[in-house]
Amino acid sequence: MSDVSLTVNGKRVSGSTEDRTLLVHFLREHLGLTGTHVGCDTSQCGACVVHVDGRAVKSCTMLAVQASGSSIVTIEGLADGAELHPVQAAFKEHHGLQCGFCTPGMIMAATDMIARHPQGLDEAIVRAELDGNICRCTGYHNIVKAILAASAAMSKGAKGKAKQAA
Amino acid sequence: MGIEGVGARVARKEDKRFITGGGRYVDDMVVPGMKHAVFVRSPHAHAQIKKIDVKKAQAMPGVVGVLTGKELKADGIGNLICGWMIHSKDGTPMKMGAWSPLAVDKVRYVGDAVVVVVAETKGQARDAAEAVEITYKELKAVVDATKAIQPGAPQIHAEAENNLIFDWELGDAKATDAAIKSAAHVTRMKIVNNRLVPNAMEPRAALGHYDKAEDHYTCWTTSQNPHVARLVMSAFYNVAPENKLRVIAPDVGGGFGSKIYIYPEEIVCLWASKKTGVPVKWVADRTESFLSDAHGRDHVSTVEMAFDKDNRITALKVDTIANLGAYMSLFSSCVPTYLYATLLSGQYNIPAIHANVRAVYTNTAPVDAYRGAGRPEATYVLERTMETAARELGVSPAELRRRNFITSFPHQTPVIMNYDAGDYNASLDAAMKAADYAGFTKRRADAANRGKLRGIGMSCYIEACGLAPSSAVGSLGAGVGLWESAEVRVNAAGTIEVLTGSHSHGQGHETTFAQLVTQRFGVPIDSVSIVHGDTDKVQMGMGTYGSRSGAVGMSAIVKALDKVEAKAKKIAAHLLEADEGDIVIENGEVKVAGTDKSLPWFQVALASYTAHNLPAGMEPGLKETAFYDPSNFTFPAGCYICEVEIDPETGMTEIIQFVAADDFGNIINPMIVEGQVHGGIAQGVGQALLEGAHYDASGQLLTASYMDYTMPRAADLPSFKVSTSNTPCPGNPLGVKGCGEAGAIGSPPAVINAITDALGVVDIAMPASPATVWSAIRAKH
Repeated sequence: MSDVSLTVNGKRVSGSTEDRTLLVHFLREHLGLTGTHVGCDTSQCGACVVHVDGRAVKSCTMLAVQASGSSIVTIEGLADGAELHPVQAAFKEHHGLQCGFCTPGMIMAATDMIARHPQGLDEAIVRAELDGNICRCTGYHNIVKAILAASAAMSKGAKGKAKQAA
Repeated sequence: MGIEGVGARVARKEDKRFITGGGRYVDDMVVPGMKHAVFVRSPHAHAQIKKIDVKKAQAMPGVVGVLTGKELKADGIGNLICGWMIHSKDGTPMKMGAWSPLAVDKVRYVGDAVVVVVAETKGQARDAAEAVEITYKELKAVVDATKAIQPGAPQIHAEAENNLIFDWELGDAKATDAAIKSAAHVTRMKIVNNRLVPNAMEPRAALGHYDKAEDHYTCWTTSQNPHVARLVMSAFYNVAPENKLRVIAPDVGGGFGSKIYIYPEEIVCLWASKKTGVPVKWVADRTESFLSDAHGRDHVSTVEMAFDKDNRITALKVDTIANLGAYMSLFSSCVPTYLYATLLSGQYNIPAIHANVRAVYTNTAPVDAYRGAGRPEATYVLERTMETAARELGVSPAELRRRNFITSFPHQTPVIMNYDAGDYNASLDAAMKAADYAGFTKRRADAANRGKLRGIGMSCYIEACGLAPSSAVGSLGAGVGLWESAEVRVNAAGTIEVLTGSHSHGQGHETTFAQLVTQRFGVPIDSVSIVHGDTDKVQMGMGTYGSRSGAVGMSAIVKALDKVEAKAKKIAAHLLEADEGDIVIENGEVKVAGTDKSLPWFQVALASYTAHNLPAGMEPGLKETAFYDPSNFTFPAGCYICEVEIDPETGMTEIIQFVAADDFGNIINPMIVEGQVHGGIAQGVGQALLEGAHYDASGQLLTASYMDYTMPRAADLPSFKVSTSNTPCPGNPLGVKGCGEAGAIGSPPAVINAITDALGVVDIAMPASPATVWSAIRAKH
């Protein structure tokens, strides 16, 4: 057994867990954050993507003890209170989800993708960057559309804020 | 239509919980005292069980119970069954072998469940499962259905000699043979439809909870049809009587057919919960899903299509061998028969058709319905043969299809189906225009200049959806009726709940169904809630598959709405002192037409519950139930065109464009319908280019993870060009046909027709992987 202490969605949490416990199971079973899903056992599907210290990570590839001391954001912590994150809003507006199972991982991967491409995204980049996330429902068509729309909205928002600051 | 009514692109009501992490799937459920189950599965494809020793496992830390098939049988739990009776052409019933939820004396495929271990944590259950000692005597295995029916093949079930489950036929053999004999041209093909794994992203799961005080069971399960699950577990598997068994299918992460069936695991979790005295949860690993979910397709067919001198089809003869795996899954027998051979007329006038189907046991995972279920196999047979025939006859593929299209309706095919409406030229025209078919020759030349091979292929599909008229399917062997139920409950303050027997696992019912209510009463869509997936809330239902929730499920809601509307009008007429026939309901108001007299909707609802002033003799309340049984199947149809570019150096196929022109009849929410088409196409393209379940000769599944089974990813697909035309379905009150499976049905032949066009070959095996394409190019030169 090992002690794990983390910041998750802005809150300090700690617990004691088996050494072999993966981060995803710690989030789901110890903290009750069941928005992060497990869709495979080979780190291929991306349903478990969360942000660890600001980077998208498949939480099934990491032991909970390895993450100790990190700051984690899960799908439950992405919205700003009642206001959806622009990526969440875009997934809804553009019908970027059907059964919803891959969706949390998709959204967490997409927010990271947008952050890493401040110059903007195009369809080819989005499709290539979604390499680590599998969706069986949407054929990706509307996921790609949603991510492009969110990226455009966020860069417009950022420019607007920059203008305001100037 | 209004912004939230029928025909509007209403954003989904259910999305908020899914995009914020608030979805509730089976694995998210926690019951106090819950323990975890891990199954010990057979590592052999075919073996006798000589001895099971659980002593070591029982002594492992955290272990609550280690249970075997013998104990399960001793408690009277029944065998799994196939619920659709097929008779062979000699009149004998299908030969169904026994399938115990936990194998007792023999295992028949890799993944067959043998022992269940229940422990405090999943990790402990897994450790203990590894300590279970089972002694097997290995037997020779057979995985290829064509080999399994050869004399001397390993015998899998004593009940089915030579592994033949049934040898069934449909259509007029004599007329078909005569037409082929006198034909001006006959196109002959051998067509293989590859085995697929459905791969819903949420793995199957079950949580069984036995309440000793009440002698009552609750099962949370990843099901597309919880009521069917309760019925079957109660009536056939002896788990518990229906009134002592509640089945809940909460949020379910995709199904595609694979979650229709009742599997061993949910039965065992319920039984084990009683046996161990604790709630028992099982969640499949992905590899477990690959091994034990019902697979799809796996047909081998020989086809003969006969033409007269004017290129009109005179006959079609198909001989198919269908691999059903090691056991007969719940609906496995109807897939290669009544969902397959009945669609072999496609969009064409074919005077004579004969299909012969042999269903075969092999030492592989059970095979059952997967998105499209029989109809993709029929479409693949027809549309690959049409394309090949066009090339042999030297006519354009579009022209050959047009010449043979059915153009007047209703149309009785020689294989049971009676098509009610359609316009096949309209979808072909729309697809060719969207694809700039006329400009292809130039694009091909441009590609050739760059050293690339371009090809274009089309596919004109038809499917039978809206499953299905109960008396018709009953006469064909179905063990259940295929109606749907609905209950519309108007609450006292005017909000509305619709209880439905359909089940949404991605289809967006919470939005589409609510649009019907908004359309009818003009109430805001947020005041309407859709309730589904719980046998304690919804009395009975048949669930969601076969693109039936629109045509059948929504029709039941329409019927219940009719009754609510009629009663509300009676109450309003009484309160407003007007004639019932003059009452109209719109924009949330109940009005007397042509006057300024009206009542807000909620006041009518309230009046029905206060019951202070109702028409004489009227019962209080505003709640109505309806069962809708369709009068016919529905017949969605369309044309798909795929254009590919192949790099001859690598064999890589790129999809340049994919066009879908569908006729789904009337559409409630175009955004959701387009999403269904996108997803279906991705699965069809996946079948054509990427996916294939492969067993080695000993019966080991070589493709049992996402490292080995190629799922379509975003970069494998283009954005799709989709459009719809509309010939409303005359058979149901909404004029809808169904859209859930079309994409998966229509797309594989379009892709393969494009690839064979690019390469100049007659056929190529699915999946047309780079290695397969590269080899085909090398073989040609």
